[in-house]
Amino acid sequence: MFIINCPYCGEREQSEFKAGGEAHIVRPKQPTELSDDEWAEYLFMRKNIKGVQFERWVHIHGCRKWFNMVRDTSNDQIHAVYKMGEKPPVK
Amino acid sequence: MTKNLRTKASKFIDETTRISFKFDGKVYYGYKGDTLASALIANGIHLVARSFKYHRPRGIMTAGSEEPNAIVQVNGNSAYTEPNVRATEIEIYDGLEASSQNCWPNVNFDIGGINNILSPVLPAGFYYKTFMWPASFWEKYEYFIRKSAGLGKSPTKPDPDIYEHKHIHCDVLVIGGGISGIMAAKTAAENNFKTLLLDEKPHLGGSTIYQNSDFDKINNQSSSTWLENEISKLKDIKNLEIKTRTSVVAYHGYNFLLARENLTDHLPFDKKKNKIRQRLIKIRAKKVIVATGSIERPLIFNNNDRPGIILSSAIKKYSDYYGVICGNENVLFTNNDSAYETAISLFNKGIRVNAIIDIRDKVTSSIVNQAEKLSIKIYNSFTIVDTSGYRRIKNISIMKLSKDGQSVTGSKTQINCDCLGVSGGWTPAVHLFTQSGGKLKFDYDDNVFKPNKYPSDQISIGACNGEFDLDTIIKNFNNNVKTYLGIEKTSYENLNISASKEILKKNIWLLPSNKPIGKTKSFVDFQNDATAKDIKLALREGFRSIEHVKRYTTTGMGTDQGKLGNMHALGIISDTSGVKMSDLGTTTFRPPYTPLTFGTIVGRNVGEFFDIFRKTPMHDWHVKNNAEFENVGQWKRAWYYPKKNESMHDAVQRESKAARDGAGILDASTLGKIDIQGSDASEFLNRVYTNAWSKLAVGKCRYGLMLNEDGMVYDDGVTTRLDENHYIMTTTTGGAATVLGKLEDYLQTEWPELDVYLTSVTDHFATISVCGPHSKKIVKKIIPDLDLSDEKFPHMSFKNAKIGNIKCRVMRISFTGEQSYEINIQANFGKSVWEKCIEAGEEFNITPYGTETMHLLRAEKGFIIVGQDTDATLTPIDLQMDWIVSKKKYDFIGKRSLYRSDTIREDRKQLVGIITEDPKEVLEEGAQIVADVSKKPVEMLGHITSSYFSPNLNKSIALGVVKGGKDMLGKKLFVPMKNKVINVQIADPVFLDKDNKRLNA
Repeated sequence: MFIINCPYCGEREQSEFKAGGEAHIVRPKQPTELSDDEWAEYLFMRKNIKGVQFERWVHIHGCRKWFNMVRDTSNDQIHAVYKMGEKPPVK
Repeated sequence: MTKNLRTKASKFIDETTRISFKFDGKVYYGYKGDTLASALIANGIHLVARSFKYHRPRGIMTAGSEEPNAIVQVNGNSAYTEPNVRATEIEIYDGLEASSQNCWPNVNFDIGGINNILSPVLPAGFYYKTFMWPASFWEKYEYFIRKSAGLGKSPTKPDPDIYEHKHIHCDVLVIGGGISGIMAAKTAAENNFKTLLLDEKPHLGGSTIYQNSDFDKINNQSSSTWLENEISKLKDIKNLEIKTRTSVVAYHGYNFLLARENLTDHLPFDKKKNKIRQRLIKIRAKKVIVATGSIERPLIFNNNDRPGIILSSAIKKYSDYYGVICGNENVLFTNNDSAYETAISLFNKGIRVNAIIDIRDKVTSSIVNQAEKLSIKIYNSFTIVDTSGYRRIKNISIMKLSKDGQSVTGSKTQINCDCLGVSGGWTPAVHLFTQSGGKLKFDYDDNVFKPNKYPSDQISIGACNGEFDLDTIIKNFNNNVKTYLGIEKTSYENLNISASKEILKKNIWLLPSNKPIGKTKSFVDFQNDATAKDIKLALREGFRSIEHVKRYTTTGMGTDQGKLGNMHALGIISDTSGVKMSDLGTTTFRPPYTPLTFGTIVGRNVGEFFDIFRKTPMHDWHVKNNAEFENVGQWKRAWYYPKKNESMHDAVQRESKAARDGAGILDASTLGKIDIQGSDASEFLNRVYTNAWSKLAVGKCRYGLMLNEDGMVYDDGVTTRLDENHYIMTTTTGGAATVLGKLEDYLQTEWPELDVYLTSVTDHFATISVCGPHSKKIVKKIIPDLDLSDEKFPHMSFKNAKIGNIKCRVMRISFTGEQSYEINIQANFGKSVWEKCIEAGEEFNITPYGTETMHLLRAEKGFIIVGQDTDATLTPIDLQMDWIVSKKKYDFIGKRSLYRSDTIREDRKQLVGIITEDPKEVLEEGAQIVADVSKKPVEMLGHITSSYFSPNLNKSIALGVVKGGKDMLGKKLFVPMKNKVINVQIADPVFLDKDNKRLNA
């Protein structure tokens, strides 16, 4: 059980949060102009890295805000949390 | 009690309090402080169990939580019964009843013992190999396998005990109250850390507290006296909380730990009553000091599992702590010095030690010299090649080890004994450390895995860190704990330590015998009956990974998780395969460290507290009016309202007819309600629903369908424009939370530029739906001021109104196809308005109906229920709802997916109406629909999603999904059932009032 430092509320138990998959996947602005393959790339393809991964999380039982997290999936160390729209920290 | 099996009084046992208990139906006596194991040994009982596979007689082997054999069923057939309890862990109390497991008719004569004779044909993987073929025979095997499998019997009655959960936050958690743990807890607390010290035993002190050797001295006191003094100081220290009988069972990431505190298991029944039995403690610690000590290893030799073969350290504990004599003719078998301590301690108590068999060459450490001085016979470079004695060990055969230790030479010597102490060295208890994600390294000097890399803010100290000598422990303690806690000094820096130092180490994982390995039974896992032979067989058959060998041979998979033998399994694999121990690694240590009861895991969350449930403001009325309830999401929804002895079918038929003939009333408060405000609210709805919203006039309602980005239907509901920038959205009952979550997700992450605010108001409003031909008259009686004319208040519109001086919103929307009004009112007025409606509707035979009737009525109209008629594989096109998908809108969630190559396939499953040839025949929901029953395998075209007998049409109606069903109107198909084939026909899904005349009737 992690302790997650919500960028709005501070440190809280993991049970207050929900994971939302890979971060920084932008919804295409003009989906109609994409080929099936390009749309499928956006829709289905996600990384599943053993190591440092950029993820979306939401403080679902708290402020209900979405934010991003840099987590090492091999040891669950959280390297950074930052608000939506903010640039990811450089490794 | 046979008094001569007790040594002179032990200070840990209260000989003035005699306790009676039953074992296998016979009454015995022990003393306060005894465990079941020590009390049984004091009564001369060693044979307590049968092994799992071969049903070999087994005895008590240890004095701790690592016990593999002596697991018993406690408290018979009562509701208090508990299987798989370790006799070494349970403290006896008056009235305790325990019995052997895994044997029939009894432990002394066990029919299953035939498996021991059959063992040559029961090798590792026997069950996998034999019972897989032919597959159809499994039914026949299963009965016998199930009967002979398993350990204890699970309880059949509800658990009458009380359990609870507790959270503790601390600066420093110290796990283990041995000498290291006590020094650590005292040091931490004295330095102003809020400290928690946990130990699984009833008393602190670990193995040092009953240490009576002359070789371990601290400041010229015996180590036990010194430690006792330290423990006595603990109670005066602030910041220190101590919990005994509390074992840490799991160590998760971020220093989150679970511990089980045992509060009443040691008390007699009259004192257990109305008290919490066990408590699950959830600990979040800033720092963790692991001081879990070490577990003595057995030695792996032929027939090493007989009752009376006990770990050397356990014999010492039984005699020094419990004052119980394990045997009168003792032999010790060892590869290290610790067995000599046992021998000397026994000798000093006047208990006979016939011999020490040591696989090492002659050793000259001070403790060995002492044993020699006492003229205990020592056989150096010898090993045991066999043992005998069926219900209790009788004698051992020893032979000289060859130089390389791989074989034996010379002639056999027999030595009589009734107790054999074994010591194969010590294994640091690194279980919790590895559970937390810690990485181990192998130490080839001591043949142990030691903590190497810490994954969180923690440290391992003492024996669990591979430190076995008292002076090493204390020297390292001072260095490591000081650094770890960031303190300047400890109070243990100038201690004067004298301890015996081990000089010579030797380890042979599998000791040789004069017999070929195929003829030996050298047990590695005592509980699961896995032998060295099994492990070698697994390797011969091609298993390489340690995880695979474990599963194939079941080594380490018992309730003891292989605490004794796992290291030997690894050693034997390493020796046989030539892979180094450090490369081989260990199997994964998983929580719980020791078994947990289900009661502890669930705590108070049982019965009505198992899950929370939500009630509508009208719930009490439904209860009073005899409603049956169904669970929808977390809600209790009125399902139907049976009158007198009505069946569900009869009630639903009556309610459905009344709703169409007179008036019906439904509690729709559970529907999700999301308040949407902001200058971009219309644009937002355009993006999340498939249809267009910009042109919806204020005061109008519209049905909307929401898709996932993959184009599949996700939720539906009616949204009303309350004002220019203000909407109220309704969602399905079960979907409310996830819809809000999804909308928030898009709003915050994809479209943060939109000025939109979402608020869940589900609980703020009660929703009463009044439907049927008389609904208008009823609403008029309650809200006389409201103009209900079809011109002023048409279908799909909304009005603000007042009932008395309570504001409400009235929507004219319909899920039944009847004219109907939905009154939304502040929740706390819900019940009184509901009752007003009932009263006003009395003259029109207003009938409350539940969810089942609602489902039937909407099915008559062909309206879908998301989640019943859809299953996340259907697009709106599949549902034949093309009309709701805007062609003009540039984009909405899921739009692009509607013309992917897969979603435009013509032969996708599509929603259709289905009628039966026999109008009385009601189809089963979930039944398969096929075109041809003769061709095998039968091709499935689809299945029934909703099916009812419609009282209004007087025939059976159904909805279903069928491949290419859109173009099959009128086609005859079949629904094959177990005993018959039902003839059906594809129909229009709208069965009733296709022209929607009833909406304005």
